[in-house]
Amino acid sequence: MNRRVVITGMGVRAPGSPGKEAFWELLSAGRTATRRITFFDPSPYRSQVAGEVDFDPAAEGLTPRQVRRMDRATQFAVVAAREAVADSGIDLSAHAPHRIGVSLGSAVAAATSLEQEYLVLSDSGRDWVMGTDHLSPHMYDHMVPSIMPAEVAWTVGAEGPVAMVSDGCTSGLDSVGHAVALIREGSADVMVAGATDTPITPIVVACFDAIKATTTYNDDPEHASRPFDGTRNGFVLAEGAAVFVLEELEAARRRGARIYAEVGGFATRCNAYHMTGLKADGREMAEAIRSALGQARVDASQVDYINAHGSGTKQNDRHETAAFKVSLGDWAYRTPVSSIKSMVGHSLGAVGSVEIAASLLAMAHHVVPPTANLRVEDPNCDLDYVPNTAREHRTDTVLTVGSGFGGFQSAMVLVRPDRRTA
Amino acid sequence: MSVITGLGVVAPNGFGVKEFWAAALAGRSGIGVLDRFDASASPARLAGLVRLETERLLPSRLLTQTDLSTRLALIAGECALEDAEVDLADFTDYDLGVVTANASGGFDFTHREFKKLWSRGPEHVSVYESFAWFYAVNTGQLSIRHGMRGPSLALVAEQAGGLDALGQARRTVRDGVPLVVCGGVDSAFDPWGWASHLAGGRVSLDPDPATAYRPFDVRACGYLPGEGGALMILEDPAAAAARGARVYGEVAGYACGFDPAPDSGRPPALRRTIELALADAGVEPGQVDVVFADALGLPDADLAEAQALCAVFGERGVPVTAPKTLTGRLLSGGGPLDTVAALMSIQEDVVPPTFGTAVVPGEYGLDLVLGEPRRARVDTALVLARGRWGFNSAVVVRAVQNGS
Repeated sequence: MNRRVVITGMGVRAPGSPGKEAFWELLSAGRTATRRITFFDPSPYRSQVAGEVDFDPAAEGLTPRQVRRMDRATQFAVVAAREAVADSGIDLSAHAPHRIGVSLGSAVAAATSLEQEYLVLSDSGRDWVMGTDHLSPHMYDHMVPSIMPAEVAWTVGAEGPVAMVSDGCTSGLDSVGHAVALIREGSADVMVAGATDTPITPIVVACFDAIKATTTYNDDPEHASRPFDGTRNGFVLAEGAAVFVLEELEAARRRGARIYAEVGGFATRCNAYHMTGLKADGREMAEAIRSALGQARVDASQVDYINAHGSGTKQNDRHETAAFKVSLGDWAYRTPVSSIKSMVGHSLGAVGSVEIAASLLAMAHHVVPPTANLRVEDPNCDLDYVPNTAREHRTDTVLTVGSGFGGFQSAMVLVRPDRRTA
Repeated sequence: MSVITGLGVVAPNGFGVKEFWAAALAGRSGIGVLDRFDASASPARLAGLVRLETERLLPSRLLTQTDLSTRLALIAGECALEDAEVDLADFTDYDLGVVTANASGGFDFTHREFKKLWSRGPEHVSVYESFAWFYAVNTGQLSIRHGMRGPSLALVAEQAGGLDALGQARRTVRDGVPLVVCGGVDSAFDPWGWASHLAGGRVSLDPDPATAYRPFDVRACGYLPGEGGALMILEDPAAAAARGARVYGEVAGYACGFDPAPDSGRPPALRRTIELALADAGVEPGQVDVVFADALGLPDADLAEAQALCAVFGERGVPVTAPKTLTGRLLSGGGPLDTVAALMSIQEDVVPPTFGTAVVPGEYGLDLVLGEPRRARVDTALVLARGRWGFNSAVVVRAVQNGS
């Protein structure tokens, strides 16, 4: 079976973005939603800036019981999944439950709940051995986070393949890529797929502090995320979720669905180099891009927009720029490239899906979101990064990429289904 | 189609496939009293423990940056590659993939870093914490250690994830990658991990290692958690034949499905998952020679599994076994380790018994292999795994004539 797969619904929770309209308004205005951390006192930490989401679970329709049992990242995923299903207009009851699946990505999963739990169990870090008298029944759910896709499956009534993809910072691309594979091969007809992460908690802030991966622009939080800028000094940690409804193309057409895009190609490679380091040449990401373009039967020169990983670390932005040049040749210089992390930060495993959402909205509006905070040139980053201001631009084909710890490099090509020669 | 050409086992009852298989047949158990910290106040202390000196098996550079679970995964990976007698230099780097399942990440490692953060301050947190903890760590470290740059993935589905990794690896081979390292390894027996296991509410409180975990028994009272697992080498059959590889069997079928929401009143997904996996393999129920059961060890779950098996195979329609009573349940490692046992059953035409279980309720309708190994022709085996919250996965492995 080799079926074509389209995206027909989306739900987004990102910094400054309760839903897709607000998300697009923020991106197209070039506004940033990064701020000094408010969830805890960040003053002991090296990096004190983050992209926080103002999220009220009760207002989002979650019951007190759901709020008690679900980690924050799960709450995001469930809310985004509901929104995606509503946005797609799909009648899930028209499908056999076992033909509906879920693929959810997350890098650090229930980190928030784990840390809260740890503080209680260890008497704020004083004890090593933990008493077992008053264990929360949810502790196990936080250690083994596959309850996250399970909650989404219960929400949408999925009884087909349910997966949690946890590839670190490419999880949000890889989970959607996985969903595409399952529909293509015929294991499911509808997939609710996306990713979530809520890592703004002391242990995660501290572990990125330790390797100096995050920014130190603590005095200027709104301008702290500076992808491709000569003064960039690390990424801005963020939280968020984006979830999509994916369907087989012909079924979507039959029900007259609004189609955001077809997932024309997806590929992942590993650099087998270093758990956190990147070689400057971008070879493996370039290979993933070439493979994804090949599957989509898209020439480099048909790529209208590159939604970059653009994390704002010194090494990433150089690595990625090289990968675009290797894979697209001269076209890399002629097609707009931008990083929305400049506005919403880097939500680890979620961000790949958040960036797919941004790519779909760019296609819907024929507007390329900008790279905010881009003012100082870096000779290693010499492409057209759409600095600071969104640009009207015919956008029929988008390349979106991700890069993460463990060496994962992923690329996805989004196309208009009517434009692709089948 | 894809074939298994190498087995790497790090199980509580054996390092390497030979030792593990001998233990599975002889009833040598890896269940012991948890002694890595003072667990004397804990209501349960039995677990399947891997007693390996990882310090002697890995370079010190890797020891400093890895949790025990990742060390075991690296050892299992090396063991599987050695068993496959494969020279990776014969492959181009994008032709090698890694798919692992994981359930608890680098839990012991991260517990230590939480402790440092909260007792000493953020500047004491390890530079390795950011990547020793997360669920992709085993895939990433295996990829780096062996120069594998092809399509790779990490999956989480509690106890079912390991079989999903085999299913995904098969998909990867089908998509044109000639060799994939796949499987799962887990460990979380630091004090916090142990408390979390107990918080799950299903761990047996029986203090006798011989009876604490006895699935399908009238007195089944929970499971024992274990650590370790298995990684294996999955290859494109043509590539394996071209290099003259020994083939343990093929992954002939795979399926997964999810149980309905708890209060829906709809039937569980295990039966359908089994049927889909058999259909995927092109196998009729009557052609299945043995089932390696999930065997949770709680009466409700045991009954549900027995009912699914009876529905597909008929009452006492197929031999069923659960060698995992000797290792405990290994989270992501469980399905792959059972797959190793299934492949060895195929090699040697013998089914390992379910040690510990004595009296199976008649209404289960199971032909559970008890007491001692059972000689039987085994060409096709079904391996089942269920993950908490509703995950069901099934793999069909089948004999392949070497050289054909």
